[in-house]
Amino acid sequence: MVRLISLALFLAIWWLASFFAGPQMLPGPVKVLTAIAVQAQSGDLFFQLGVTLARVLAAFTIAMIAGTAIGLLMGRVKIADRIGDPWLIVLLNLPALVIIVLAFIWGGLTEIAGVLAVAINKLPNTVVAVREGARALDTSLDEMARVFALPRGKVLWHVVLPQLAPYLAAAGRSGLSLVWKIVLIVELLGLPNGIGFQIGVAFQLFDVTLILAYALAFVTVILIIETAVVQPIERRASRWRNRAP
Amino acid sequence: MNDAHPAGETGHLKVRITHKAFTAASGERFDVLRDIRFDLRQSEVGAIVGPSGCGKTTILRIIAGLDVDFNGTITRPLSGRLGMVFQEPRLLPWRTVDDNVRLVAPSITPEMLASLFEVLDLEAHYLHYPGELSLGLARRVALARALAIDPDLLLLDEPLVSLDEALAERLRAQLATLIESRPITTLLVTHDLQQAVRLADRIFLLSPRPAQIVAEIPLATPRSTRSEREIAKIVDEVSSRISGHG
Repeated sequence: MVRLISLALFLAIWWLASFFAGPQMLPGPVKVLTAIAVQAQSGDLFFQLGVTLARVLAAFTIAMIAGTAIGLLMGRVKIADRIGDPWLIVLLNLPALVIIVLAFIWGGLTEIAGVLAVAINKLPNTVVAVREGARALDTSLDEMARVFALPRGKVLWHVVLPQLAPYLAAAGRSGLSLVWKIVLIVELLGLPNGIGFQIGVAFQLFDVTLILAYALAFVTVILIIETAVVQPIERRASRWRNRAP
Repeated sequence: MNDAHPAGETGHLKVRITHKAFTAASGERFDVLRDIRFDLRQSEVGAIVGPSGCGKTTILRIIAGLDVDFNGTITRPLSGRLGMVFQEPRLLPWRTVDDNVRLVAPSITPEMLASLFEVLDLEAHYLHYPGELSLGLARRVALARALAIDPDLLLLDEPLVSLDEALAERLRAQLATLIESRPITTLLVTHDLQQAVRLADRIFLLSPRPAQIVAEIPLATPRSTRSEREIAKIVDEVSSRISGHG
């Protein structure tokens, strides 16, 4: 209920602002929604959404898996932490734009270069989060696994990953929003399609309606993913917590 | 100088720890164990009894291979399947009781699991998470887990500590039933002489730190036929021996 009121308030402010700023600068909600409908009817919207979403998922998956592996290694092995730490600081502070431009120069204006550029931007955050989690791993459970000679795969899946779950969830949450923002920039700079590319085109035409239409559509999709996929996974992973005696 | 490997006769445990020291945070080294040597034959139940803090748990950790920084050798039973019950249950809080046991014993049949859970009175708890269990229950799950792998060697670290008397008594009886019915070489560590006399075939008395074995006491009468009077007599004898040692 509170959420609905908050949303209505947002729409009202938007409508008022567009009234004062004029439809050129800020088109009203109705105009933007109509534009979304037109784009959806032509099928263009779904194609661009799909392309961008695929890139988001690819970059996100690469960054999470590689980041978890590196973070685990750095959190568990002192020498790896020593070696990796300066690299991590460099990567954390390298502007996203530099990574993207370099990736396109070295890798050409290709899909792989674009997705990797996004993944590399997200990677250090995941590493930092998982490293914290790996440092906090429970040694008593580790010893239990050793005594019972659990194979490595089982230790990872049943002993280590559940302990990392809160850290992975935090990294995933912030990661999804970071990744999709950077994907749009990558598309704007060097790829021939996707939401970012479309917004670039609209920018050249000064078509604010189209910019807002694409942005709104994409935010809606991300919101749906968040509530329909991310939150249920989190609930499932923390099921055991809610059942204390 | 040290190794803990499965070799030697089936079911035979041979412990030869000549020296073990810890380094304190201050950098100072102090001796914990000195010249701990004993043997357990297959199916024998040994109990290490000693004052708390004397290094009993350290002995178990060395035998389990968790601590390799010592001088001496450990020869574990031939096929070397090891079951261990730690002082804290060390269950995975995010897995159910059932999953906790199956995880370490993937090949256990449903019938074997059911009979194990029946003896330990765990039938109502298959789908509970460890956070929902009392310490006594969690300890029993840890025991079920250690036995589920059908171990050749079973190590128990204070299996009955921090339970109220009735509960400890019941778990002791269940434990006796379970090790009686299998050919498991068992080593338990306790500060409670009474419990040791009720459970063990052979008792090793430890001195305070640095711990040495001051006496090895074989109990001739089988566990199940030991009478209360006999138990009381042995306990008395051993206690006087301990006080004799100062």
